[in-house]
Amino acid sequence: MNDILSRRGFLRSSALSLIPLQAFDVVQSLARGQQGDSLAGRGATGTLRDPSVIGRPRRPTDPKENDREIQAIEQQLACNCGCTLDVFTCRTTDFTCTYSPELHREVLALRDDGKTAREILDTFVAKYGEKALMAPKPQGFNLWGYLLPGVAVGGAAVILAAVLRRREAATTNATAESSPPQVAASPEELERLRHALEEVKD
Amino acid sequence: MTLLGQFALWAAFLLGLWCVTIAFSGRWRRRPELSQSVIRSVYAVCGCLLVASVALWKGLISHDFNIEYVAAYTSRNLPSYYIFTAFWAGQKGSLLFWAVVLSIFAAAAQLLTSRRYAYLMPYVAGVTSAVVVFFVGVMLFAADPFERLGFTPEDGRGLNPQLQNVGMVIHPPMLYLGYISITIPFAFAVAALLSRRLDTGWIHAIRKWTLVSWLFLSIGITLGMWWAYVELGWGGYWAWDPVENASFLPWLTMTAFLHSVMIQEKRGMLKRWNLGLIIGTFLLSIFGTFITRSGVIASVHSFTQSNVGYFFLAFLVVGAILSFTLLYTRWSLLEAEVQLESMVSREAAFLFNNLLFVGIAFSVLWGTLFPILSELVKGTKITVGPPFFNRVNVPLGLLLLALTGVGPLIAWRKASTANLKRQFIVPAASGVLTLVALLALGIRDLYAIMALALAGFVAGTIMQEFYRGVRARRRMHGESTPVALVHLIGRNRRRYGGYIVHAGILIYFVAFAGMAFKREREATLKPGQSVELSSPFGHTYRFTHVGISQYEALNRIVSAATVEVAKNGRRAGLMSSEKRQHVDSFKRPTFEPSTEVAIRSNLQEDVYIVFAGAVNGTEEAVYRFNVNPLVWWVWFGGLVLALGGLITMWPGGGPLAVSTRRVQAGYEAALVGAAKE
Repeated sequence: MNDILSRRGFLRSSALSLIPLQAFDVVQSLARGQQGDSLAGRGATGTLRDPSVIGRPRRPTDPKENDREIQAIEQQLACNCGCTLDVFTCRTTDFTCTYSPELHREVLALRDDGKTAREILDTFVAKYGEKALMAPKPQGFNLWGYLLPGVAVGGAAVILAAVLRRREAATTNATAESSPPQVAASPEELERLRHALEEVKD
Repeated sequence: MTLLGQFALWAAFLLGLWCVTIAFSGRWRRRPELSQSVIRSVYAVCGCLLVASVALWKGLISHDFNIEYVAAYTSRNLPSYYIFTAFWAGQKGSLLFWAVVLSIFAAAAQLLTSRRYAYLMPYVAGVTSAVVVFFVGVMLFAADPFERLGFTPEDGRGLNPQLQNVGMVIHPPMLYLGYISITIPFAFAVAALLSRRLDTGWIHAIRKWTLVSWLFLSIGITLGMWWAYVELGWGGYWAWDPVENASFLPWLTMTAFLHSVMIQEKRGMLKRWNLGLIIGTFLLSIFGTFITRSGVIASVHSFTQSNVGYFFLAFLVVGAILSFTLLYTRWSLLEAEVQLESMVSREAAFLFNNLLFVGIAFSVLWGTLFPILSELVKGTKITVGPPFFNRVNVPLGLLLLALTGVGPLIAWRKASTANLKRQFIVPAASGVLTLVALLALGIRDLYAIMALALAGFVAGTIMQEFYRGVRARRRMHGESTPVALVHLIGRNRRRYGGYIVHAGILIYFVAFAGMAFKREREATLKPGQSVELSSPFGHTYRFTHVGISQYEALNRIVSAATVEVAKNGRRAGLMSSEKRQHVDSFKRPTFEPSTEVAIRSNLQEDVYIVFAGAVNGTEEAVYRFNVNPLVWWVWFGGLVLALGGLITMWPGGGPLAVSTRRVQAGYEAALVGAAKE
């Protein structure tokens, strides 16, 4: 029955959960400071005490990984691990993914073969299907995807403008028919009115 | 406690069914005691669900790993505040969280709503109870949070490392509160339709609720962005993920409603549109829940794929059919009281603003569902990611930003040319000056230039409105500028709170534009080695790898890679990014190692360091270094937005006098109608 919390324990847990949220960081950082000695590696390039807890071993960075063109290509390619990220973001974020580093190597190999960005993207589409691209090509049925929102908003705006114009005309006519004869205000009166309106304008 | 929890769920389910049956049968209209019974059953359902919640929390806190949910989301060594928040970390618990919060809101709506809307309350009780019954039904028949295992594990699996973050303690509840509270305005709208009392009374009754809902959604979305930025480690805060989109959709339609409802209050127009917006917002909140819980669209945020998606889909379809059919049957009662007088008026500007909000919502929904549609039509799977959404939505977003500046400058009913000239000259000059300054600074990114120039225009509008208001108060009351500013905001909270919200939105846009100039590079460094990265503001950062240390913490083994950062040759301090291997109380690994980024933020830019891993088990570390401009302003924009929202909804801002007269007229008409009957 040790795992049943005492009433005091329950209240303490509840109170802790109500600590202002910023305090969590403070509490955590304090706690971190009290958690044992550092187990640093040995020497300038010493080995780690437990490399298994650090995730998949990494290769040294290839200079091409900072190549803007390579990054731009990879940002147009979807990782196929199911993460919904592009290859560049996945391989530099989700370090447990084994797919994105492999896709990255494919991009580098195609680049080394002298292929252009367009050809690399086409190669990926040929190999993995259209889902390899982060956004579908704007052609065929996909054009609907790109154009429909704009067309819908534009069309609705045109219709709305036409309806409003018709109603405006109807209202103007009705007002003209029903309104009493207009009496012109003097410039002083108009100025007073303008000031008054400015002050009460909502 | 699980038996008590299950009993409470069944009791809530049956009481809710009773409430729904009586409320919609209409019998309460002739029998006051039934009306009372309907209202009281709302409180009783709330009580039952509170009991069920306490039972689940008891199970979590006491480490009752025989409960499947407790074993799946907690472990003995999980920090106590995460044990508490594990309540909403998983599918089943979050369903209970949703139901209990909705029942609290439903009870609060009954308690806090003025007696003058008593004629709506039994219907409101019926609608809220129907939604609660649905959620409780899903739990009872498909996702029981009190389900027991056939054995008792020694320890639980623990909480997903990415959920072990302060952001996840507060972000999901905020978003849920936003989603859930939408039910209350929806319930009032349905009640108004059922009771045929379609004056602006129901709008007054829900005003605070819509603002509460919008505020929680806004805060929830911003906190979600913050969590994604500090926890996921990809260096951004918005990725157009389906679940992110699902939270954005009701926010868009709710924001459209908050604008268009002003036209109904002031002019008695757009009644059908406003009802449609409220119904649509509620359905989009259910759609968001469906997306998150069904697994129908791949998302990093989704809960485990399960069959609850079918329940939500059915509820969504039935809800849509019933609501829109009801709206259709009341169509003739929803005629506008006046017609629009001019194309150049605040009303017309609001209409176009609404069109854009709904258009963006449509475009986000379309993009989210397009992969499914493509597979149905073409039979091929496609990915619709950020490049698609940016291409389609950024132009619409910029148009909306422009209208944010235009709307407040145009007079109600009809604006004259002289009025337009006087109003537009300062904001337009502000926009043009910003544009010239950007071009002079050599900025060439088209969207960034447009966003920043339009931000200059909107800032001009907002400042002009405040300046003129303060000037008028100084002239009329002889107040000092600060006093006049405070009184100006205090006396007209809706208007000036709204402008503060606009300022928040403007700050968001500026910050989003900043991300067009982010810099990043990867590097592998041995201890003592350095790499440099220049920032878009012209600073040069030098990162020197110090080393990797490993230590044990409460529920994890930490490998911290430390970097010494120098800015423009001057030491700026140490930054540590971590790899965390979470373990249970028996030191067994529970999840794959996760990454904690190191962030140093200032008003210009964030230095963002990600420790990607070590080379061959040595201290040679692989890093990604980012310099992200203007990120601080995203969070500040969120604060300004929330402040504006709070000012707008602060008690005492009551309905407009003209709107109250409209309700009274409606009430008199109803009395006359009743007398004739």
